[in-house]
Amino acid sequence: MGVEICVEGLTKSFGHQVIWQDVSLTLPAGEVSVMLGPSGTGKSVFLKTLVGLLRPDRGSVKVAGRDITKLREHDLYEVRKLFGVLFQDGALFGSMNLYDNIAFPLREHTRKSESEIRRIVLEKMDMVGLIGAEEKLPGAISGGMRKRAGLARALVLDPEIILFDEPDSGLDPVRVAYLNQLIVDLNAQIDATFLIVTHDIASARQVPDNIGLLFRRELVMFGPREQLLTSDEPVVRQFLNGRMQGPIGMAEEKDAAQVQQELAQLGDSAHPDTPGSREITPRLLPGPGITRPPRWQAIAGREAELRRKEVTGA
Amino acid sequence: MRLSPAGALRHSGNLFLMALDVVRALPRRPFQAREFIQQAWFVASVTILPTALVSIPFGAVIALQIGSLTRQLGAQSFSGAASVLAVLREASPIVTALLIAGAGGTAICADLGARKIRDEIDAMQVLGIDPIHRLVVPRVLASMVVAVLLNGLVSVVGVAGGYFFNVVLQNGTPGAYLASFTTLAQLSDLWAAELKALVFGAIAAVVASYKGLNAQGGPKGVGDAVNQSVVITFMLLFVTNFVMTAVYFQVVPQRG
Repeated sequence: MGVEICVEGLTKSFGHQVIWQDVSLTLPAGEVSVMLGPSGTGKSVFLKTLVGLLRPDRGSVKVAGRDITKLREHDLYEVRKLFGVLFQDGALFGSMNLYDNIAFPLREHTRKSESEIRRIVLEKMDMVGLIGAEEKLPGAISGGMRKRAGLARALVLDPEIILFDEPDSGLDPVRVAYLNQLIVDLNAQIDATFLIVTHDIASARQVPDNIGLLFRRELVMFGPREQLLTSDEPVVRQFLNGRMQGPIGMAEEKDAAQVQQELAQLGDSAHPDTPGSREITPRLLPGPGITRPPRWQAIAGREAELRRKEVTGA
Repeated sequence: MRLSPAGALRHSGNLFLMALDVVRALPRRPFQAREFIQQAWFVASVTILPTALVSIPFGAVIALQIGSLTRQLGAQSFSGAASVLAVLREASPIVTALLIAGAGGTAICADLGARKIRDEIDAMQVLGIDPIHRLVVPRVLASMVVAVLLNGLVSVVGVAGGYFFNVVLQNGTPGAYLASFTTLAQLSDLWAAELKALVFGAIAAVVASYKGLNAQGGPKGVGDAVNQSVVITFMLLFVTNFVMTAVYFQVVPQRG
């Protein structure tokens, strides 16, 4: 079973520049959450703070009841064993081939025999579709493969919490779809707590249980997927629909008058309920070969219910 | 980068903090023997050839200077003694320092810096592995061992070079050169030089690792880190050399 992460009043700044302040949220155990936000809002910094790579100025991060921000270095290394992290570019060790990369945590932390390590590594490589690429060096493979290898390495110690730093950046849409399916399948199989940091709206719409949105140095909203997808909050609406009209500007936030004007124009030109804007996208479910735990059976039931209503309603 | 006194203090503080961390991580098991051997081999392979090539002309210059100086003073019989003393006491630790910082330190810094900006170091920490214990300690030890060995190499090559230039090119007498060999130099000079090399190796590796692990801002950041690490190491090494030499003369009684 996954572990709950409880973040309270978290504030981080570099010098005089505040990255975000007063972020409070709870990542429920075993659920998939997505953290959205425009580029440069400190999503990666948030992720690094969760694993204790960066220390916040204020606030606490409780993982399994222990406050990460107050732990000594030695205890921190212990708590980190609960985590699996997929970094943006996979962060593979450049001097080792894929097999050694994925075997690395096992060799460092367990006393397993080499044959047992081989079994586990090949199992994880199979999971992410990398069989046959064991001997390749990270420099010689595509970004998508590096990401999948990074994911396999993050999975190898059976973590309770998995953090994904932009799993979909730099991948083609088909691979993103596969990766999303993989994430959902994994959640059904290993029951860990997932946090995905991204700005890919399509993934955010169909993968998670919960969505959070970072903007203007604070957490605008964090809640169940349905709540955000149907929200009237201008920032949330703008971001989830990927349009220019709204508070988020190209470089900085826009001033209030301009936002009002843009939103009014949008109301004039288009029907307020443009198709697709407030609709709840069907949720991605675990693939047919995966045995669904009770949590996913309930989700699948609710989804089927929702679709049935839609059909009869239309 | 902004220059401020507080920033400079913070950086030196962090550098010493890391040196302490390295000392604390030294006895921790399991010792990374494989990494140590690989690094020792690596540092040796990038430094041996340049060291040998630098120490021949270095020994030659000392021999030329001393040869003409002793002739002017009419003390040709001491030319061997003086040149051995110069090579053993000062030239070899300095040449070792320059090469261990210039060739070994830069390689360490560039390697760790590249890992840092590719998030490899973060990934390692997240996997529950302390990069100080896993990466820095073996590098510091390797650099110390190689520095000690290099110092021996420089001494031998430097003295041989001095002999060649003094005897063959300046028509010195081989007998006088060899006979005066130990009139001024003593064994403790060699030990002192080896100790210096040991300390220089440690400083070079710690500074290079510190700069590498704190590289930021992409590939340019790694280049900057390497550049700074060489400059800082050189400054530290020359100051340390002065202090150690001063202490040596106070502690060890001199001949003659």
